[in-house]
Amino acid sequence: MPAGIAPEIYIAIAVVVLIALIGFVGRRRKPPERTDVDTGPIPKVEPEPRATTAEAPGAEAPPVAAPPVEVEAPKPSLRDRLTKSRRFLSDRLANAFGRAPDEETWEDVEAALIQADVGVEAATKITEDLKSEARERRITTAGEVRGLLAEELVSLFDTETDRALTFAPQKPTVWMVLGVNGTGKTTTIGKLAADLTGRDRKVSLAAADTFRAAADEQLQIWADRAGAELVKHQPGADPGAVAYDALQHARAREMDVLIVDTAGRLHTKTPLMDELAKIRRVIEKEGKVTEALLVIDATAGQNGLVQAREFAEAAGVTGVVLTKLDGTAKGGIALAIERTLGIPIKLVGVGEGLQDLEPFDPKTFVDALLS
Amino acid sequence: MFDTLSTRLDDIFTRLRARGRLNEKQVDEVLREIRLALLEADVSLKVVKAFVADVRERAAGAEIHKSLTPAQQVIKIVHEALIDILGREHVGLEHPQRPPRILLIAGLQGSGKTTAAAKLANMLKKQGRRPLLVAADLRRPAAIRQLQLLGEQVKVPVYAEADHQDAASLAGRALKHATEEHHTDLIVDTAGRMHVDADLMAELGAVARAVDPTETLLVCDAMTGQDAVNVAQSFLEEVDLSGIILTKLDGDARGGAALSMTYVTERPIKFAGIGEKLGDLEPFHPDRMASRILGMGDVLTLIEKAEQAFDEEQAVEMQEKMLRADFTFEDFLGQMQALKKMGPISSMLGMLPGMSKMPISGDEIDREMPKVEAIIRSMTARERNDPSLLNGSRRKRIARGAGATVQDVNKLVKQFGEVRKMMKMMGGGGKGKGKMKLPPGMKLPPGLGL
Repeated sequence: MPAGIAPEIYIAIAVVVLIALIGFVGRRRKPPERTDVDTGPIPKVEPEPRATTAEAPGAEAPPVAAPPVEVEAPKPSLRDRLTKSRRFLSDRLANAFGRAPDEETWEDVEAALIQADVGVEAATKITEDLKSEARERRITTAGEVRGLLAEELVSLFDTETDRALTFAPQKPTVWMVLGVNGTGKTTTIGKLAADLTGRDRKVSLAAADTFRAAADEQLQIWADRAGAELVKHQPGADPGAVAYDALQHARAREMDVLIVDTAGRLHTKTPLMDELAKIRRVIEKEGKVTEALLVIDATAGQNGLVQAREFAEAAGVTGVVLTKLDGTAKGGIALAIERTLGIPIKLVGVGEGLQDLEPFDPKTFVDALLS
Repeated sequence: MFDTLSTRLDDIFTRLRARGRLNEKQVDEVLREIRLALLEADVSLKVVKAFVADVRERAAGAEIHKSLTPAQQVIKIVHEALIDILGREHVGLEHPQRPPRILLIAGLQGSGKTTAAAKLANMLKKQGRRPLLVAADLRRPAAIRQLQLLGEQVKVPVYAEADHQDAASLAGRALKHATEEHHTDLIVDTAGRMHVDADLMAELGAVARAVDPTETLLVCDAMTGQDAVNVAQSFLEEVDLSGIILTKLDGDARGGAALSMTYVTERPIKFAGIGEKLGDLEPFHPDRMASRILGMGDVLTLIEKAEQAFDEEQAVEMQEKMLRADFTFEDFLGQMQALKKMGPISSMLGMLPGMSKMPISGDEIDREMPKVEAIIRSMTARERNDPSLLNGSRRKRIARGAGATVQDVNKLVKQFGEVRKMMKMMGGGGKGKGKMKLPPGMKLPPGLGL
């Protein structure tokens, strides 16, 4: 440090210049208005929630009625897979089964919620609500608290919302998959594609992650596994151009569904977020994105909510895929995302296999969260 | 989203009108805030509990510093306690008994292992060493290809095998190859694995036994939540961890996982990933992380960068000018150039506390800077030194010259006037009550003395 000058002065100078710049830029626009609901700029494709999987009248109608990923074949459930993970709440509550719920019980409940990444503020509120509910319902043993808590948590999810993925009335349906780095976007796309091809849908994938080394090759392997086609450009190519070409290709080849993979990006990087919006705009010049799925890593902490908010603002997220639920992470941030942003959780990822994608079910999720 | 810890503590003390030594009730209330701050930063609950107990003990025995306010005292105690866990200073890589140095990279899927491996290779190469990357992730599709491409980018060879089955034996052969070829470092990229996947964890153990690593580095995503303790514990049980690489620190997560991981493993965080480019790996600075977790920003890094960007004499001159409030557009332009040398504004804002709440992002400022520059450059020398000359027709001319609108010019001149007013307050009033008018959501770093 040079002598005779306080280090703070450097910062002071920088801050002053910054303030001037911030003032200049900041007054050019109002801070974005936020509402509690997902304000994606894109109007809902389907006016009636039940119509999501129906093909438009007149359109060629493949015999598909069920939403994707709700598969008849028995698959290990989320619950089964979670037996591997550590149990914490139920054991403790079970141990206290006979006793009346006391302060310790409530502390356990709150701790369990915090450790599930529900967020400390939400955890405290839920615990308080539960306490008064228990008093009202005259709950006398701690063993009953778990059931009550599960009920309470399930009720925090929107039970009315349609969690099925939306198809466009006309082929091809276009879905985009977004998220920060390393959440499992490409893997999720592989699973989605496999599910669709398993229902005799023709699927093509767009390798619009042109940034990460070998991302297209990774997607190619998933495409081969799933029996889907892949459209890709050179590494470093414009992702919007890839998406555009993929859409033309999907049209020409009469694909049912086109899934666009995008590069992982931190939500704090405005130029990259703008790029995402651009990819969507490019597609929507000629078609419609009926799902912009945000992939959230279940191990994510409170930052997951910030991610969801930023991605929703940039590209209009229609649903969340919660991945890596096969570990010990509970993915409690999903609750916050659905509650405060109104973005439905649609799918969960529970492993690395082609089949390891399940529809999100609040009850199963809550059971696993409390296991 | 949340007030910074220091603001909230200040609020408590204002409310309690505390003077001098903290009483027990105050300590309790302060500790509750600290608990909240840490939980909001995603520090694991168990770690928070242990940590808060530690701080309580320290606070009870703390001496009173006359020069510190109670809030500052507590923050100092908390900060110290955090640094005791995170480490006093940066810990570099170990040196092996004999070369090559073997670095085993492990972690969950998507934590950034492959990128971290390539960044490490790049860093070592720049230090004049001869690293070899080993593609031992045989599970993720195209993982080998990814490492090969990254290896090409940093010009470090990659050991890979076309017919690959067993990661442990592959790693063994890679080691043999590295020894023969006199590589100084062997960086083994392994598959991402869930810590509850017994088979894969066993495979990691086998790889470790095959190469007997100098360092086993756990790669951890800075955005990780409460699960960080479980992950750290499980990896620690399987392999002899020697350190942690914290990735994606360029986001806005508070990074409480850093504390959880170091607390559980008692291993230092050695490096931090701070961007998508292969040069974006930094030595980890515990003190800066402590401030970040507490929501106090990373003022130290900022000072360091500023010291590099501004030369000292200029800074002294500028300080005087600022105090006299004869800061001109010319000076402003000069300072802006220096500021640009510090890197993108967006990365700087992340280091300043409270900046995340601002209505505009750093990227927007970065985008708008050329316009500001253009406007100033379109002014004549006289205008730059005396903004009062700027009448309507001059502003119109400037706007035309800069390709901006007159409104833009007006805004800049107005903003500049306010900054000057602010400086007058800093210089003239000194300790006066006059408050600086800061943009909404912005809070100055503590101790700036502005």
